[in-house]
Amino acid sequence: MNAHGIAHKYGDHVDTDVIIPARYLNTQSHKELASHCMEEIDKEFIHKVKDGDIMVAGLNFGCGSSREHAPIALKAAGISCVIAKNFARIFYRNAINIGMAILECPAASDGISAGDEVAVDFDSGVITNITKNETYQAEPFPPFIKNMIVKGGLMASLKDKEA
Amino acid sequence: MGMTMTQKILAAHAGLPEVRSGQLIQSKLDLIMGNDITTPVAINEFEAAGFDRVFDKSKIALVMDHFVPNKDIKAATQCKQCRAFARRFDIDHYYDVGTMGIEHALLPEKGLVAPGEAVIGADSHTCTYGALGSFSTGVGSTDIGAAMATGELWFKVPSAIKVNLTGKLRPYVSGKDVILTLIGMIGVDGARYQSLEFTGPGVAALTIYDRLTICNMAIEAGAKNGIFPVDDITRAYVEGRVDRPWTTYEADADAEYERTIDLDLSQVDCTVAWPHLPENAHSAREGKDIAIDQIVIGSCTNGQLADMAAAAEVLKGRHLAKDVRGIIIPATEHVYRECMRLGYTDIFLDAGCVVSTPTCGPCLGGYMGILAEGERCVSTTNRNFVGRMGHAKSEVYLASPAVAAASGIAGHISHPEEVVNK
Repeated sequence: MNAHGIAHKYGDHVDTDVIIPARYLNTQSHKELASHCMEEIDKEFIHKVKDGDIMVAGLNFGCGSSREHAPIALKAAGISCVIAKNFARIFYRNAINIGMAILECPAASDGISAGDEVAVDFDSGVITNITKNETYQAEPFPPFIKNMIVKGGLMASLKDKEA
Repeated sequence: MGMTMTQKILAAHAGLPEVRSGQLIQSKLDLIMGNDITTPVAINEFEAAGFDRVFDKSKIALVMDHFVPNKDIKAATQCKQCRAFARRFDIDHYYDVGTMGIEHALLPEKGLVAPGEAVIGADSHTCTYGALGSFSTGVGSTDIGAAMATGELWFKVPSAIKVNLTGKLRPYVSGKDVILTLIGMIGVDGARYQSLEFTGPGVAALTIYDRLTICNMAIEAGAKNGIFPVDDITRAYVEGRVDRPWTTYEADADAEYERTIDLDLSQVDCTVAWPHLPENAHSAREGKDIAIDQIVIGSCTNGQLADMAAAAEVLKGRHLAKDVRGIIIPATEHVYRECMRLGYTDIFLDAGCVVSTPTCGPCLGGYMGILAEGERCVSTTNRNFVGRMGHAKSEVYLASPAVAAASGIAGHISHPEEVVNK
């Protein structure tokens, strides 16, 4: 499992209302949700983002509502991984449950600038800033959670247990 | 080392003699809740995984409250999907227009949550029910999809902050002011991943509605849950509503806490959180220069009968300032009916307000009170993030019902004393 892409950078307390405003929660269409992703604070994001890109932010990423539409919108917009200093807890479990990679790494959050080319090795937790020729070590997932991400999320891991 | 109240409830539901903070556990659940915007995503996951039964149709509550009565065709389609799912599995607690209320006011009112129970909901404010001495927390749609099939869910056992309450609230000061003050002290991530365990002699001076409001906004400090001990006030509320046996848990005397915060209730004043984070706490007395366009009184945070009474007390015999719109939303059908019986509805209408059927609508910028660019609202809701109630350049000021009512009358942010003693 790896990720490789351009960094999109935001600050502290990026909340779920700016990731996907509630007025769009009348749809479950991943594509439609993605088209409004981050628009409250960055109207250009959805035009700039490319498949595989990486989002980098500060403290408490994903605070606010429990809407799973938030990680869904980011994933559908093309984001392969979110790196933050830390995450709000419901966003953290939602991302894991839908099989989206997220990493807590204050050094990477400080070191990576918008537009940097970044590679992530999920097995080792090593984040490489190709543009700046730096590496950062993220906290590895506990085995319980890593297992769930590898299987593709909570539902897939449940089906696996049943089989 | 002993366990916190939250840890004791989790240990009991995981079938373990004890749990430690940081431990990953699988917990049995007493109730699983979803609403009209989170349940459709859960149903999709449930069906895609191939489940063909729910674990217990009496332990699932589906409440259509966010965008109902349906705000548009897409919202109607989502409710239709929830309704079909509820019928397919004969879900006992399905609430639609006519029986619904705002979920976190409705579930306690209907006796669906009892002390000592473990409850999840696909809504971040599910932490409200900690007011009754239960463990309750917000999760995602996939979580409830899985839990509806299995009756269980994974949790990381939280550590806790002990909030030691002393003293007694002054007139016009309420649970809303307590929680806004606390979030102002510790920040929107001050209790991230932790429990907020309220304790101390001040607990007995807080009504059940103060406690519900305080626990409701535990998430706004990043907390996994907020929880109050079970006392006579809890028992008085629960008796006559809950008809099944329930268990009282108490924190061990030697329970471990990350830290203790002392809060003297007599020192709390009417508090307003300025945009764009709930931690931006100010005294309501600082708002004279902040002219407003709208007030909203309602929501899962402050839509109970006690909140309506607080608003009515200030609005009685007075009228909203020119060009201020007042939207009042009793949280449940019961609260709505009581507002009529007690004359509150007349007071609200005489003051120039409108009174809506229960809905979450304006709180999250769905409908029923959206703000235009540059507009300001004093709202008894729970979030004031960028764009929360409408345009990205509108502003939401979070406050209690008494402060919202006073601000509506004054035309600017105002302390109730400034309006009532005028």
